Order: sequence, then structure tokens, then C-alpha cells
Amino acid sequence: MAIPLSYNLRSLRVRWTSTVVAVLGIAGTVGVFVAMLALARGFHATLVASGSADNAIVRRAGSTSEMESAVTLDQVKIMEDAPGVARDNTGPLVSPEVVVIAAFPLKSSGTDANVQVRGVSPKALSVRPSVKIVDGRFFHSGLNELVVGRNVAASYSGLGLGDTVKFGGGQWKVVGVFDAGGSAFDSEIWCDAAVLDQVYQRPLNIFQSVTARLTSPAALTQFKDALTSDPRMTVTVDREIEYYDKQSRALTTLITVLGSMVAAIMGIGAIFGALNTMYSAVSERSREIATMRAIGFGSGIIVLSFLFEAICIALIGGAIGCIIVLPLNGLTTGTMNWQTFSHLAFAFRITPSLLIAGIVFSLLMGILGGVPPAVRAARTRIAYALREL
Amino acid sequence: MVRVDGNGNGDSLVRVRGLDKKYQRGSEEIHVLQGLNLDVDAGEFVAFMGPSGSGKSTLLNLLGGIDLPTAGTITVANDEITHLSGSKLTEWRARHVGFVFQMYNLIPVLTAFQNVELPLLLTKLSKAERRKHVETAMALVELSDRMYHYPRQLSGGQEQRVGIARAIVADPTFLLCDEPTGDLDRKSADEVLSLLETLSRQHGKTILMVTHDPLAAERAHCILHLDKGVLTEGKKAGAAQ
Ligand SMILES: Nc1ncnc2c1ncn2[C@@H]1O[C@H](COP(=O)(O)OP(=O)(O)OP(=O)(O)O)[C@@H](O)[C@H]1O
Ligand SMILES: [Mg+2]
Repeated sequence: MAIPLSYNLRSLRVRWTSTVVAVLGIAGTVGVFVAMLALARGFHATLVASGSADNAIVRRAGSTSEMESAVTLDQVKIMEDAPGVARDNTGPLVSPEVVVIAAFPLKSSGTDANVQVRGVSPKALSVRPSVKIVDGRFFHSGLNELVVGRNVAASYSGLGLGDTVKFGGGQWKVVGVFDAGGSAFDSEIWCDAAVLDQVYQRPLNIFQSVTARLTSPAALTQFKDALTSDPRMTVTVDREIEYYDKQSRALTTLITVLGSMVAAIMGIGAIFGALNTMYSAVSERSREIATMRAIGFGSGIIVLSFLFEAICIALIGGAIGCIIVLPLNGLTTGTMNWQTFSHLAFAFRITPSLLIAGIVFSLLMGILGGVPPAVRAARTRIAYALREL
Repeated sequence: MVRVDGNGNGDSLVRVRGLDKKYQRGSEEIHVLQGLNLDVDAGEFVAFMGPSGSGKSTLLNLLGGIDLPTAGTITVANDEITHLSGSKLTEWRARHVGFVFQMYNLIPVLTAFQNVELPLLLTKLSKAERRKHVETAMALVELSDRMYHYPRQLSGGQEQRVGIARAIVADPTFLLCDEPTGDLDRKSADEVLSLLETLSRQHGKTILMVTHDPLAAERAHCILHLDKGVLTEGKKAGAAQ
């Protein structure tokens, strides 16, 4: 049987100043680690929410994003007739779209930020049923009218319902606000694609992407095969959800890698903090250790006992770190979406699995910081240590 | 019976033959024990005396298996401990040795009860059995009312009595006491010595005690002097016969 755990817990309390230093080091590291990953997850979740499994997005073959794609009106017609496309009484549910970037002043800082303006078909709401008008109404086809995502309405000045704004050489009126369920569309402005083309003096029958609603998620293969085997088409077809997942990957990876690097560097510091605390605990208690060894406790038991103590420090630190960052959950922040060069609002997402990862990380630091001092404790030379006063 | 000439009969509890201990301090070699012999029968109460630095603590540490000799053998209850590996020696200590230290060496963050319970954690006893043993030991040292006090809440004499309770609780083969009264005032020292005497007389414990205090040594059956690396019999030697 082992040395009572109360021995370690009370020792930690007795040496609380040293304990607190090590605990805070680990808490800070775990906090940063969890916050960074929550940021990456939030970004990823926002973009992925933009896509639907029921939708297919069609772009020119080889284009990595909508921005550099082009699809002609003739091609759109072929898509409308392709198998697997859902229809309602207005015909096939297909939205050919164009995208431009426009700068608007942020309410918070007064400085301009880029907003993605998406020219869509009047059928856009049927193609994307998750997008709902929550205030005002949808734009009328052929008019200089805008509907704005709820993050846009909240973050930019001059883009509230009823406001009139000038951009791209045209005068626009905000007639509605939509809620896209926390997706990237919430950071977009939508208008009639034909009107946007006119205002920006773009060729009328060239679009950047086409989003088609499918009869079912399974219809994608059918739809895709029809388009890719058609010699008149040179297009890539993606399930919309996968397209946004891919889009989010670069930044998600960047945040994750950066976050992990920062956490690793802080982690090394925290490990040294734990090492320092535990080494001094071992040397301060060499007499106690020698006494227990003399009584007959084996070196393995001593290692476990001190390792347990280090792990306690780590777990307390890990728990504190998680608790500190928990209020960040759901907090909205924004970043430049490098795929579209526009501002994207998203929220930190702290999930249970992320908290578990934080605790596991703290455990790892505790083990790395605890093993060497614990081994030293077990190597205490009994007769020597007992001579010391 | 206690002998230091190496001619003890085969059935002594502790048998030491040709025990050598050298320490290396820089380039200097200190030959502390030089071919020391000792035979102690079960139930003896032996006091070791000798000038400071003569090697009394060294001898006790070797007998208790917390240090290794340079040469020679130590046999306790027919186990030759000088050949045991580290972990075997640790197990042997748990079973056979009760240490009493000059500085008591109680664990400050554990209560008297928990301190005394420590050696029992290495046995197969159940929690209830352990409690019973601890209570018996604490009653024997007359500290039943201090069971849940921490060491700093006890006087030096009380701490040492807790130390003795811890040493006897697992019923070891012998007690090794290194200046158990060295840090105590006369009154507390006498209490501790009376306790050791009781353990020897009424409970038949074998006790090997190092002391500087002639009054303490008087309580033992036999006084041995350690000088120049070997033991010689003191004036009370053989009194127990
Ligand atoms: N680990 C060690 N390294 C070097 N020398 C040591 C070591 N341990 C003990 N010595 C030396 O061995 C000699 C005997 O020491 P020991 O502690 O056994 O003496 P002692 O008789 O118990 O003395 P005291 O009465 O002061 O307690 C001393 O000279 C001491 O300095
Ligand atoms: Mg000594």
C-alpha cells in the first residue's frame, strides 16, 4: 500500500507559495492552449455551418475559391437541367452568384473593413433554407436593394435596416436583415446578382459560382457526374459543406499550429516551474523521504507519491486554466478570411473535448515536471539524508 | 547474552562478523569500523557509547540496513542482510526494524495517528486492524489522547513517544534507537527511557540504543563502548546474565 495521499495534499498546502507559482504557470499555459484551439474551432464551425449537405457549389475547374472562378450563363442553363437538382414551382433551385468586396466603417473602431457582397439569384433563400429574413424583407429583383447578415448589421455603421449606402458607384437601400445561423453568410451582404453586375460594370452573363439545391444529399454524385462528363463544361463540383470545410482549413491550421507553438513554449516554461517546485519540495523533504525509506517504503512508492503531487499541481492548474477561459465560449470575434479577403465574424467554441484536451495537456506537463524530481526523491541516500539537520 | 569477541554461539539474534566501514572524504579515507564483531541475543537491551565521530550511528545504520558495509557480514534472525538487494533490503527493514531517531523524524503534515500507522501501510492489515494496532501502540506510550494532534502540537518528549509508537507498531524484530533522548530535557528523557525499559522488560523487545548520556546507558542491560572502530564491553556488560 502507498503513502497516504493526504501526505502530498497537505505538503502542497504547507508549501503553498511555491505550489501557487507552479499552478499558475500551468493554468496560464492551459488557458492559452484552450483559447487558441477554441478560436480555430469557432472559425471552422462558422465556415462549415455555411455549407449544406443538400447543396452543390459549382466553380470553374481548378479555381480554389469563388473569387477566382468564372461560370457562364450557358453553363448555368445546363446545370439547371442537370439531374439531381431540386425544383419548386418557380423552376430549378439554382443560384448563380457573383462576389465583390466592399469596404464599410466598423462601429467599434470607425475604420473600414472589407465585407463580402454576394450577388445572388432571387431564389437564394430557397436554395439556402437555413438563411432566414429576421427583419424587413428580401430584396426585389432588379432593384438596388440590399439584405445584410446579422453580424454586418451589428458591426458596421450605415448598414442598418432602412439605411442608404453608396458603394461600387451605386446607391443602395438596406431592406432586410437575415440570420444565417452563425455561418459565414452572417458576415455578408446580399443583393441581386444582375444589379451588382450592372453597378460594377461586369459582363452580365458571367458568374463566379453556382449553388444548386439537390433533391437529396445522395443526388450529388448524379449531378456531379452529369456535369463533369459534359464536354461543354469545365467545372468543379463540390458538396457545399465540404467546400467551406476546405476553405476554413488554411486558417484553422494556421491558428492551431500557432496556438500549439505558443502553448508548447509556455508549456516548457510551466514544466520548468513544476520541476523547480518539485525539486525544492524533494530537497526540503529529504529527511522525511529518508525516514519513510528507512521505515520500509520502496523507491517505487516514493516515485509515485511525488509524481502524484506534481500531477495534483498540474490538474489544479489545468482546471483553473479551463475555468479562466470558459467565459470566452460564444464570445464573438472577427478575423480576415484570407480566402475572400473580407472580414468574418465568428465565436470562440469551447467544447468538452477541448477542455479534456486542456486537462490532458496539463497532465502531460505535470508528468514531465514531476518525474525527474520524483526519481531524485527515490534515489535519496537514506543514511546521508538522516545525518542532515 | 551480548558478546563482542566474535565467539558467540550460533543462535544469537544479531550476529556481526568482521564489519568494516570506510568513508571516502575527498582523497582522505576514514576507516570508521574496523573488523567489528557483535552478538546480541533476543530480548537484550544494549547501550552503545563512545566519543563523537567514533561510528556509533554508522554501526546502527548498518544494523538497520539503511547503509552498506565495506566488508563483513550482518545476520539478523538467520537472514544475512549484507547480501540483500536494494528492494529486498527495503522489505526486510519494513518487517524487522523499528527506528527511533534523535530528531524524532515524524512527518509534520501527518497526525500522530497517521505517523504511527505508516509502517502498517506496508503490511496486509485491514484498515480496522491497523486502527487497532495504532491505538494499542499509542496507549502503550500513553498518548491515546493525542492521536489526532500534529507533531508541532506536541512537546519533544511526546513527539519521541510517538516516534517509539511508530517504531513498535508493526512488531519489528528489534528497535534501533540513535540517541533517542539526545534532544530532550531530563524529565522527558527519563519518561522515554522508562518506556524503553518497559518495552524491554515487559514486552521482551530487543533494543539497541546509542547514547551519550550515562544515565540513559544505565537503563540498558549492557553497555558497549565503540572506540577506534571496535567494540569493548563496558562496566555493565553481562549484567543481564
Ligand atoms: N557519509 C559520510 N561521508 C563521510 N564521512 C562520514 C559519513 N558518515 C559518517 N562519516 C564519518 O564517519 C565517522 C563516524 O560517524 P558517525 O556519525 O557514525 O559517528 P557517531 O559516533 O554517531 O558520532 P556522534 O556521537 O557525533 O553522533 C565520523 O568521522 C564522520 O565524520
Ligand atoms: Mg551519531
